[in-house]
Amino acid sequence: MSSSTNTPTHHTSTIGSIGTPSRRNTELALLVFAVLIPVFAYANVGLAIDEKVPSGLLSYGLGLGLIAGVGHLGVRKFAPYADPLLLPLATLLNGLGLVMIWRLDQSKLLQSLPNFAQAAPRQLLYTALGIGLFVAVLIFLKDHRVLQRYTYISMFGALVLLLLPLVPGLGANIYGAKIWISIPGLGTLQPGEFAKIILAVFFAGYLMVKRDALALASRRFMGLYLPRGRDLGPILVVWFVSILILVFETDLGTSLLFFGMFVIMLYVATERTSWIVFGLLMSAAGAVGVASFEPHIQTRVQAWLDPMREYKLSQAGTHDGILHSEQAMQALWAFGSGGTLGTGWGQGHSELIRFAANSDFILASFGEELGLAGIMAILVIYGLIVERGIRTALAARDPFGKLLAVGLSGGFALQVFVVAGGVMGLIPLTGMTMPFVAYGGSSVIANWALMGILMRISDTARRPAPAPAPSPDAEMTQVVRP
Amino acid sequence: MNKPLRRIALFCGLLVLALLIRDNYIQYVQADSLRTNASNRRVAIERYATPRGDIIVDGNPITGATKSTKSGINDFEYKRTYKDGPMWAPVTGYASQAFDASQLEKLDDGILTGNDDRLFFRNTLDMITGKKKQGGNVVTTLNAAAQKAAYQGLLSRGKGAVAAINPQTGAILALASTPSYDPSTFAGTSGSDEKAWNKLQKKNNPDEPMLNRALRETYPPGSTFKVVTAAAALENGLYKSADENTDSPLPYTLPTTSTELKNEGNIPCKNATMRVALKVSCNTVFGKIGADLGKDKMLAEAEKFGFNSEQLTPVRSNASVFPKTMDKPQTALSSIGQFETAATPLQMAMVASAVANNGTLMKPYMVDKLQAPSLDVISQTEPQKLSEPLSKSNAQILQSMMETVVNDPQGTGNKAQISGVTVGGKTGTAQHGVANSEKPYAWFISYAKLADGSSPVAVAVVVEDGSANRDDITGGGLAAPIARSVMKAVIDSKK
Repeated sequence: MSSSTNTPTHHTSTIGSIGTPSRRNTELALLVFAVLIPVFAYANVGLAIDEKVPSGLLSYGLGLGLIAGVGHLGVRKFAPYADPLLLPLATLLNGLGLVMIWRLDQSKLLQSLPNFAQAAPRQLLYTALGIGLFVAVLIFLKDHRVLQRYTYISMFGALVLLLLPLVPGLGANIYGAKIWISIPGLGTLQPGEFAKIILAVFFAGYLMVKRDALALASRRFMGLYLPRGRDLGPILVVWFVSILILVFETDLGTSLLFFGMFVIMLYVATERTSWIVFGLLMSAAGAVGVASFEPHIQTRVQAWLDPMREYKLSQAGTHDGILHSEQAMQALWAFGSGGTLGTGWGQGHSELIRFAANSDFILASFGEELGLAGIMAILVIYGLIVERGIRTALAARDPFGKLLAVGLSGGFALQVFVVAGGVMGLIPLTGMTMPFVAYGGSSVIANWALMGILMRISDTARRPAPAPAPSPDAEMTQVVRP
Repeated sequence: MNKPLRRIALFCGLLVLALLIRDNYIQYVQADSLRTNASNRRVAIERYATPRGDIIVDGNPITGATKSTKSGINDFEYKRTYKDGPMWAPVTGYASQAFDASQLEKLDDGILTGNDDRLFFRNTLDMITGKKKQGGNVVTTLNAAAQKAAYQGLLSRGKGAVAAINPQTGAILALASTPSYDPSTFAGTSGSDEKAWNKLQKKNNPDEPMLNRALRETYPPGSTFKVVTAAAALENGLYKSADENTDSPLPYTLPTTSTELKNEGNIPCKNATMRVALKVSCNTVFGKIGADLGKDKMLAEAEKFGFNSEQLTPVRSNASVFPKTMDKPQTALSSIGQFETAATPLQMAMVASAVANNGTLMKPYMVDKLQAPSLDVISQTEPQKLSEPLSKSNAQILQSMMETVVNDPQGTGNKAQISGVTVGGKTGTAQHGVANSEKPYAWFISYAKLADGSSPVAVAVVVEDGSANRDDITGGGLAAPIARSVMKAVIDSKK
């Protein structure tokens, strides 16, 4: 599927003289749909709840349209050959998320909760900031290979970001997970979302340099290639840090995400299956080890195995030192009550999930109101984003770009899987957000930045190379006619 | 690096596939069980999202719905209301936003809320035409006048229950129980609803107002059970007529023991005919009949009348008890309604109705039909034969005996007489408690027969009157007047 298969064999480089068409008009057409669908959804919610078209429809539609338009113009100007699907898909998810967040804002039950504040306007602001960052990435990151220079700074930066929530006075413990930092006057920030991107940069830079050493300089042991200690060092450090996050921030999701992302990139860089085996063994060892003494994670596992029991414990107000949560069961009920076609926008009762209905559990809200059909569509959209990202990696001509693209898309895929699987009860629940749809500034802004980097790599990959200069040798080797 | 990349692409595809499969599992395979899980609040929200359909008696709704007072975050839109709640509670049960539902309200919840599968087509049509979903109605077989007579009669007596049946169809005409409760008082979710509910619970209220005594409480039936024993004697050919002298010594010593069975007072029971024995309620005569027939024949007859099985009306009644293992003296005691014999008021009404209906026992039911919101009939209950406890000729012999009980000046049941109507009955004064320490229950079962021979009503009344003077407690004195007024109400409403 990479461009190399289409290029004539006598070229030594894989750069073809005829590049992929830019497809910017395709992107624009898709964007129109990506804006119109949420606008219709918004009208639908208003009609279902108040039986009238919501008064904010115009401003809301204009807002989303403007955001999408700015994104599109930025791409047209600064990354004209970038993948045409990524921006519309992300815009659609973001728009649908906004509608659902607005819809949950209308719930009397949620309004009665302490600390209630309208979330949709803020989410719209975050989206605008996100698109701003997206365009800024396209403007200022002329070539993604520049990021290679910051390999070790990235590692340091990511570690600092990850450990910030542990700093006394800065970290905020919200519902049992210490993954936020509170910035006075600005609210809370989830540094893990940004660390995800920065870590991918570090991994890509490190692995690009070390991949040969990791792949080749190894001893064979029991059918597996064991790498040398000095090559393994940074890997063990990363593994250790992710365990550290798990223990001190009680954040199973983030540590799983980082570690999974790292294993994926390692595997791509070295092309050795043994890394996958190592990765799985190490993460399993870490997870089992931590789960054996961390009550927060034990509860999560129990809630996963028997959500009904957790629900009853939480209803009974059992105080055994652990915060029992009814959410897992409530989410399953929301999904079940939605059934195949869902109750329709605004006609479900996903507010019963309480405060997390528009953030960690927003997928359950979608499940109730849009049903199996809606969730499958959303999952397919996520799948498309991931596969377009991996396609970008395939198309990228430089190993750094390949690694970065696959790291970002693989991490994105893992995050979607961990969150959606947790909400649906496929795996234990972890406190992460569904990219683009869930309420949360850090998440939206960071994921738009991630899209920006992917678009940049994609643009570089698909950009037609300048036509090769005519070779002076060509004249000389002409067949001389008799 | 492209080969591992393709594998990663595949892996990510598998992750999404796993999510899709899981989603199909919970939203398709498990959806119904999750959606209808009793703890899922949506079930209750849905139940009260539209005004519930009504429970109807004699063409008038005895229930209603009001908009809930939206206090705070109450997400239930409509609240159930009841007209004459305490009187109808044993029929309707309750539907409470906070405390679930019971009896008809629970059993026919689907129809009342409009969620029943049988309303699916209509609901789909309504959805397309934009009409709001409505609940259907439950049309009962009850007779408002009879119910009122039963309830008022019981109120004046304290605790007790009445069950009245149309013997020809099995349709339940009255089902009253006191003390009762008003389901309106806890239909909502507010603090006062909770207080009202708590006050009605057994632990806070030893009188158990929420116990449906007509269906769910079994009492020792006392002498009213002698009707069953007499039927067994006739059916098994032990005595062929009402006026044949029985072989009954006085005093009668229970077989294999030295215990003498006693009669209440000095009544002529020695070798008395069954007619006389029923009229004055001889324990000795019917005790000996039971012992002579033996356990198996008595059990067979009792079970034909419906003992030892629950009745689904569709509200479930408790199974009445005729013991399955007992020796000869115990059989004698059981045959006069003592030992372990216990019956619900509904069961004893069934006994009277089988006799009145010339030996055929109809299955008791209280829902005549279920209606869609448009009043289309969704289901109609057809009267069903339950069993044939006695032949027509034997039934008529028994009828003449029971009519003697009411009509004869010495009969124990003459307070049930209604002018111009033939009434047959049987009294019972059931002793209970350790060594008869508690005040006895007063029973009366009876039926009314019109001039054309048809019988529109059979009734069973039990009064547990704690306030009455112990010696005054007799079935004839306390229970018969209530039975009379219930029968009279049914006959008057026929005119």
